[in-house]
Amino acid sequence: MDLTTFPLLSLILWLPVLGALALFLFADARSIRVTALVVTLLDFAASLLLLPRWTPDGSMHYQEVLAWAAGLDFRYHLGVDGISLWLVLLTTLLGPIVVLFSWRNVTENVRSFFFLLLIQQAGMLGVFLSLDLILFFIFWEFTLIPMYFLIGQWGSGRRVYAATKFFLYTMAGSALMLVVILLLYFQTGSFNWLTLKEAGLDRTLQFWGFLTFALAFAIKVPMFPFHTWLPDAHVEAPTAGSVILAGVLLKMGVYGFLRFCLPLFPQATAIFLPWIAGLAIVGILYGSLTALVQKDVKSLVAYSSIAHLGFVMLGVASMNEQGLSGAVLQSVNHGLSTGALFLMVGMIYDRRHTRLLAEFGGLWRQMPVYSALFMVVVMASVGLPGLNGFVGEFTILLGAFRVNPLWAALGTLGVILAAWYLLAAVRGLLHGPLDNPANQHLADLDRREVLVLAPLVLLFFLIGLFPALFFDKITPAVELLLRDVGPVIGR
Amino acid sequence: MNALDILQLLSPELILALTGFVVVSVDLAMRRRDEGRTAATIALLGLGGALVATLLLAFAGTSTVEAFTLAIDPYSLFFKALAIVSVGLVILASISFMRGKSRYLGEYYALLVFAALAISLAVSATNLVMVYLGIEFLSITSYILASYFRQDLRSQEAGVKYFLYGAVAGAVMLYGISLLYGATGSVDLATVGALFSAEGDQRLLGIAAIILLLAGFGFKASLVPFHQWAPDTYEGAPTPITAFLSTASKAAGFAVAGRVFMVALPNLVADWTAILGSLAILSMTLGNLVALKQTNLKRLLAYSSIAQAGYIVLGLAALNPGGDFDGVGGLLIYLLAYLFTNIGAFLVVMAIEQHSGSVDLAAYNGLIKRAPALALWMTLFLLSLAGIPPLAGFFGKFFVFAAVVERNLLTLAAIAAVNAVVAAFYYLNIVRAMFFVESEEQKPVSVAAGLSAALAISGIMVLVIGIAAQPFITWISRSVEMVLVSGM
Repeated sequence: MDLTTFPLLSLILWLPVLGALALFLFADARSIRVTALVVTLLDFAASLLLLPRWTPDGSMHYQEVLAWAAGLDFRYHLGVDGISLWLVLLTTLLGPIVVLFSWRNVTENVRSFFFLLLIQQAGMLGVFLSLDLILFFIFWEFTLIPMYFLIGQWGSGRRVYAATKFFLYTMAGSALMLVVILLLYFQTGSFNWLTLKEAGLDRTLQFWGFLTFALAFAIKVPMFPFHTWLPDAHVEAPTAGSVILAGVLLKMGVYGFLRFCLPLFPQATAIFLPWIAGLAIVGILYGSLTALVQKDVKSLVAYSSIAHLGFVMLGVASMNEQGLSGAVLQSVNHGLSTGALFLMVGMIYDRRHTRLLAEFGGLWRQMPVYSALFMVVVMASVGLPGLNGFVGEFTILLGAFRVNPLWAALGTLGVILAAWYLLAAVRGLLHGPLDNPANQHLADLDRREVLVLAPLVLLFFLIGLFPALFFDKITPAVELLLRDVGPVIGR
Repeated sequence: MNALDILQLLSPELILALTGFVVVSVDLAMRRRDEGRTAATIALLGLGGALVATLLLAFAGTSTVEAFTLAIDPYSLFFKALAIVSVGLVILASISFMRGKSRYLGEYYALLVFAALAISLAVSATNLVMVYLGIEFLSITSYILASYFRQDLRSQEAGVKYFLYGAVAGAVMLYGISLLYGATGSVDLATVGALFSAEGDQRLLGIAAIILLLAGFGFKASLVPFHQWAPDTYEGAPTPITAFLSTASKAAGFAVAGRVFMVALPNLVADWTAILGSLAILSMTLGNLVALKQTNLKRLLAYSSIAQAGYIVLGLAALNPGGDFDGVGGLLIYLLAYLFTNIGAFLVVMAIEQHSGSVDLAAYNGLIKRAPALALWMTLFLLSLAGIPPLAGFFGKFFVFAAVVERNLLTLAAIAAVNAVVAAFYYLNIVRAMFFVESEEQKPVSVAAGLSAALAISGIMVLVIGIAAQPFITWISRSVEMVLVSGM
């Protein structure tokens, strides 16, 4: 098979959709689960094929273009560069992991659940792969629907409220985006990202374009003060939903800033960068401090996401090579480590049907494997040197320091707070006496659960010890972005 | 033009007229023994024939031909096809829905066929008198149909309200027509267009005529402020008739408005687009805000359709001949998408009403457990109404918004975009009830065959227009070209 002409990106994008349709061929739950697992594994394998022939030159690879409507410059145009590559791989990696995690604990409407998971995956991949703004917008809006039903149907507690809030909040954020996309079209005659970034838009359009796009993306990230949907959605979603929300969906916001706001509206970026940095720092501190006082360990992880995404956005706001590369890598890191945290919270919830820290304690003795893995995941999230989180946060802080040492100082405060609230979770769950009788017969992780976590833990070490493997694909794309945008901003 | 040509050009109308008479006669001959089933079958066959005749004319590449003050052009053929399809779907759903609810079902089906005929005449009219006659013909059939449940006070109220509003609106429209006639001495649209200038006093007269004419068109299209009849009439009328009023009849209002304004008042285009733009804002905002509080599904969809009328008219308000998005194309695409979407939603309402006798939101609780297919179809229609991609409604909104943005009417675009979010709120509320609210009732809902077929057609069209929009857009751009070339 000739990989240069083979539509690899379309395969990656549409395989989950085909898989979702294939679920209707089966009646029994087991076949449905196996199909979903096979499809997501195949999709991951297909996305791995992107790597061997990758030329690290920062440009768009594996482009596919199909004209759509005659007379309209609206194309099915896919492409992937060093910025989207790792996000695509993160998405396809988390696919089989959440399928495997949901193997036993989703027993109701099994087919609908896996159907939604698969089309959700396709929608998110479409967001990362689209180079046509209309196509991007279609995928962007579409991702709301499966997640709405995943939270509303399989969530816990106030799931319906959380699902509705998620849907309306994010839809409100992108309402004006379509108007701006059309404005861009009438200025430049194109919906194509590659054309638009060379177009040199006028200042007013850049200003309003940036504001509109940034609103949609800031809600998705979420940046303070647009974060209020997140604790509800993350806490009430089923574990698989939380993993996808934190792991991938939030990254769509970061990706939006990197792919659209910065290259299309560089002059406006120069105006708004200090604001983004400010909100990012507020997000770091606010998320951390709020996480500190949570009694529910899932809420704690949810608020920690706000803090971690604050870091990522601080990297974006630094607008230099370290900051941006760090932001991309830290997006992936957060997907892996927070994904793992949500999975581990889910595992304990499946056993006890509670997530309150006060209910636990002393699990070291009862569940040694769980506890050991939990420590590793926490350390990765805290940013222990040798693990992935350290590389990402350190690079971002380096980038931020070069712009404004105060930013870096405040960011470092966030690192300390992260250690504090995450170790508080460790203390609450693992340490102390095993005095709650309900915990005295808990089973340790079984093989499936270890298998779910193993790839994530391996990647913590891989990224932590060999970050160059990842940076050498990210950096050229970031350099290309800076070459275009940097001079406008004066970096 | 010889007689045979004329017969062929008018074949859709002739088939519809003939069908109507045959339906009544056969029903009389049968002495109403089979609850209208034969009448419905004949009506459907006739509509099928008329649809084939319309499509043959449309795809034969007919350019504008006038016969007896009727324009046979792609624009009118598009709306004829739309009217015939929606009446067909309504009849298909009525077979089971109306059974046992009225003794006069033959006449019911005949009136629906005549309503399709009335729309066909109105959308082709090239003459102000014919415009008036077409709209009045449509109104008279609609008055009777809205009050078809003679024992039901609400249905009576629906008919009377509709009649009183309609009579006034018709008279006001006629006054507008007389102004144009007084100024130019002609009732032919093209002649009026050529003679009516936008200079001095004549401009004021023209603006007055636009507003007066809009009373008639806006009444049909249920645009604010001509919408007051809609909620009560929609609620009280038999649900299939509500579906008809909210789609085919509404589309006729837009079609006629488009042709009359573009052909007869091209010199006042700046004025009538501005007026339509403000009506769009009013309709969207008022419709959506009031819809938020509705718990009766028929009333909710009534307000939703007022809001949708606001979006639809954006296409005319952003008229831009020669632009990438000319506006009229957006209007047509929106109406095509809206037709299947809204009829589909009302089909689900009919199924639930037939099952539970209720049109309250509470009757939809837990529908996913009792009738998964119905719940999924309804979700599809509601998401399409909300304009979520990749469904039909998204493309309607996209083309209309594109025209608005191309004309640089950014405030209008922003208001419309924000309104879309408000609308999503109440559409989603129905989805919430169907999926996430437990219901006390557990009995599965059974759906009659005709209704299922109509549902499947509507649902598949919503998907097809969304996923494979291209052929529809090509057809529509051709339809628009004709009217724009002849008019502007």
